[in-house]
Parts: sequence; C-alpha cells; structure tokens
Amino acid sequence: MAGFDFDVIQRSWGYLFREGMSFTLTLTALAMTGGIVFGTLLAMMRLSSIKPVAVLAGAYVNLMRSIPLVLVIFWFFFLVPYIGAWVIGAKEPIKVGAFWSAAITFTMFEAAYYCEIMRAGIQSIPRGQVWSGYALGLDYWQTMARIVLPQAFRNMLPVLLTQTIILFQDTSLVYVISATDFLGAAAKVANRDYRLVEMYSFVAVVYFVVSYGLSTLVRRLQERIAIIK
Amino acid sequence: MNYNWHWTVLLEAEPGGTGTYLHYLVVGLGWTLATALAAWVIALAIGALVGTLRTTSMKWVVRTGNLYVEIFRNVPLIVQMFLWFFVVPELLPRALGDWIKQVPPPWGSYVPAVLCLGIFTSVRVAEQVRAGINSLPRGQRMAGIAMGLTETQVYRTVILPQAFRIILPPLTSEFMNVIKNSSVALTIGLLELTGRARAMQEFSFRVFEAFTAATVIYLLTNLIVVVLMRALEKRVRVPGLIAAAGAPQAGH
Repeated sequence: MAGFDFDVIQRSWGYLFREGMSFTLTLTALAMTGGIVFGTLLAMMRLSSIKPVAVLAGAYVNLMRSIPLVLVIFWFFFLVPYIGAWVIGAKEPIKVGAFWSAAITFTMFEAAYYCEIMRAGIQSIPRGQVWSGYALGLDYWQTMARIVLPQAFRNMLPVLLTQTIILFQDTSLVYVISATDFLGAAAKVANRDYRLVEMYSFVAVVYFVVSYGLSTLVRRLQERIAIIK
Repeated sequence: MNYNWHWTVLLEAEPGGTGTYLHYLVVGLGWTLATALAAWVIALAIGALVGTLRTTSMKWVVRTGNLYVEIFRNVPLIVQMFLWFFVVPELLPRALGDWIKQVPPPWGSYVPAVLCLGIFTSVRVAEQVRAGINSLPRGQRMAGIAMGLTETQVYRTVILPQAFRIILPPLTSEFMNVIKNSSVALTIGLLELTGRARAMQEFSFRVFEAFTAATVIYLLTNLIVVVLMRALEKRVRVPGLIAAAGAPQAGH
C-alpha cells in the first residue's frame, strides 16, 4: 500500500468527471426516461386484452431478460447502424457513435425490466378503479393516464428507483464497446500511466459512494410512502 | 434491411484449428456453465450463511453482515472483476502475486471470475435468504423457543428447513442471473459464450450469425434451467402454502 499514488487521481480528476462521469450520468438519465416510458407502454401491451399485442410484448420482454446485457450491447452496437440506414432509406449502414448506440441499447434493455415493475404496479390497482373510470365515461387511455398509471407509478416508485441505481451501475458495461464512461475514462488513464491499482480502487469507491447514497435515499422514501399508505 | 445471411459459416473451421465455429461456441457454453456453477456453489454457501446471520439477535454479527452486503451490492460487477483480476494480485505478498500473474490462460481469468461472480451473487442470495426467513410467521420462532430450543436449534430444525423451501423460486432466477452475468468475465479475458461470439464475429466478419447463434444458445440454456427448476420447486414446495410469488424486484 505504501506505493499508492494518489497523485494520478488528482491529475486526471477533471477528465474522469467532466468526460467520464458526465457520460455515465447522461446515459443513465436518458435510459431511465426512455426505459420507463417504453417499459410502461410494454406493460400496458402485456396486460392488453388483444392477444397478439400481449404475446408480442411478452416475447420481447422475455427475450431481453434471458440474454446477458453484454451480448445485448454487442447486438445493438452492430444492429443500430443497419436499423438507422433502414429508417432513413440509406443504402449503407450509417455511422452511430458509442454514446447513441449505448443510449438506444440501455433504453431497449431496461424497458424490459421497468416493464415488469410497472406491470406489477398496474396489477396492484383494484379493478374497481378501472371500472369507475369507464363508468365516468373515460376511454382506455384516459383511464390509464389519469387513474391507473399515477397510482401504479407511485406504488412502484421505490422499486423503479432501485432499478435505476442498478442501471447506473450497469452502464459501466459500455466498457466493452470502448466508450469513455466513468470506468472507461479511468481505464484509459490506468493503462496510460500504468496505475491500475489506484484507478480501479478509486472507481470502486466512487461507484460505492454514489450507489450507497442513492439507495439510502430510496429506503427513506420507501418508509415515508409506507406510512402514507 | 439489406444484410446477406450466411448461416453455413457456423460449419466453417475457426482459425484456432479446434473445429467448426459451432463447436467453438458450444465449448464457450461449457465455460459459461463451468463459471456459473462454480460461482453458484460459492454464492449459495456464503449467501446462506450471511443471510441467516443477518436475522439473528447478535447485533455486531448483523452489522458485519449488512456491511458485507452493502459493499458488494454497490460496486458494478465489471469493476469488481477488475479489482479481482488487476488489483488483488498487487496487494498480496509479492511472491504470491507474481505467481498468480503467471497462471496460464484460461485459469488465470477463470479463477478470479469465479471468485468475483460467486461473491457478487452471494450478496443477492443473502438478501433472498433473509427475506425468506423474515417471511415466516413470528410464531414459528417463538414456539421453538417456548419449547426450550436454543437459538441454533430453532434455526436448524424450525426456520431454515422452511425458509429454504420458500425461497427456491427466487433462487432460480438468481441462478439464471449468474449464467447471464458470467458474460462479464470476457472483460478479463475469459472466452465464454459471449466472448466467443464476439471473437467469431471478429474472425469471420459474420456479425449477426455469431450473435444470433449465441442468443439461441442462451435461450435454450434458460429454457432447460427453468424446466428443471420448476420440477424441483414442485417437489419441495411447502404443502399448504400458496406458491411464493414474491414482491416485484429490481434486477439485471
């Protein structure tokens, strides 16, 4: 431990946080927003009375939950350029940077997990709520948007946030497509200066502090919500 | 989408000379399972112990258990992999550290991957064990103590036999998580299924064939695990209890 070089952390501080951590946080925020929106839609599809819609959403969710995130990252890294080309009608696969590739990957992947949480949330709402919505003359979308989803969302808030903390940790896997997230930035400094022990220990401490802090906040929130109920 | 599929690539020889690409991927599945199973043994042993200790009445034991869980739950798996692979050998006595660095592949990355994955998963198992024990009616513990059993006896004869049967379904999904999470070991050089699909893509330039093959193999593996575990769950289910569905959980 005597040779521990704190200086390398101080020297690379700006790069680590301005480049790395901002990548990680932006990616987490985008994937969380996209994932919850898409996941809620998937949950509504899974609970739909139209059979093919329910089966399709179920198949998507189960597929995403059955294969490793690393494989999904590779899939989208190569697939997104083709999909992009198909969408805009280009002949050749388009160029997509690591950030947007990762943002699409994590949105699509996390949606499957948010979907299962939202599905449990929607199912926890008494049926009478939906019926009274219809009795008041609201249609399906109005009932969902004004009665069911707000309650489901509130009931599931702690679990949704816990999933987001996991998402924050999982974004470090973009290392496999050489993106410069917090871990990627630290790895680059570590290999350049041959300071692997210092950099990886530092990365572990930072992730721990952020994740532990957030999960403590979630636990507090959970206690408060539990009392209100 | 204009992509020319070329499925026969799976039957072409891979450049390492060990056989076809399909064979190469199946050996990868073997490494995935070997990593996952060894890690699962560690995870069950430590997880059961830590999870149980966290429900006892000994304050400092509970605290130590909580600390263990918080540490390994709040650091990303890939960072833990790097710690085991790059950092631990440096912190050990020099001779031992140097010896570890000389271990030939694939064992040089297999052993740290198993340790890392085992301890990472043990935390999740510990949480399930604790939840299972806490889900038992308090009367069970009280009845045991009223009958004159010691705390150890209450755990051994009353609480644990029930708790382990209750938590089997969540443990099944944890086992599937180990299989999936073992893919992170490719970052420290273990050529398991995902790593080999990636290598195959680099050698043959057949991107989507390689990843489709790996995806299908993962799906089949999952299917087999689910079928086997459902059969086991049916056999050990506690009679009279509604199947424990459990609360919705976050996961990855």
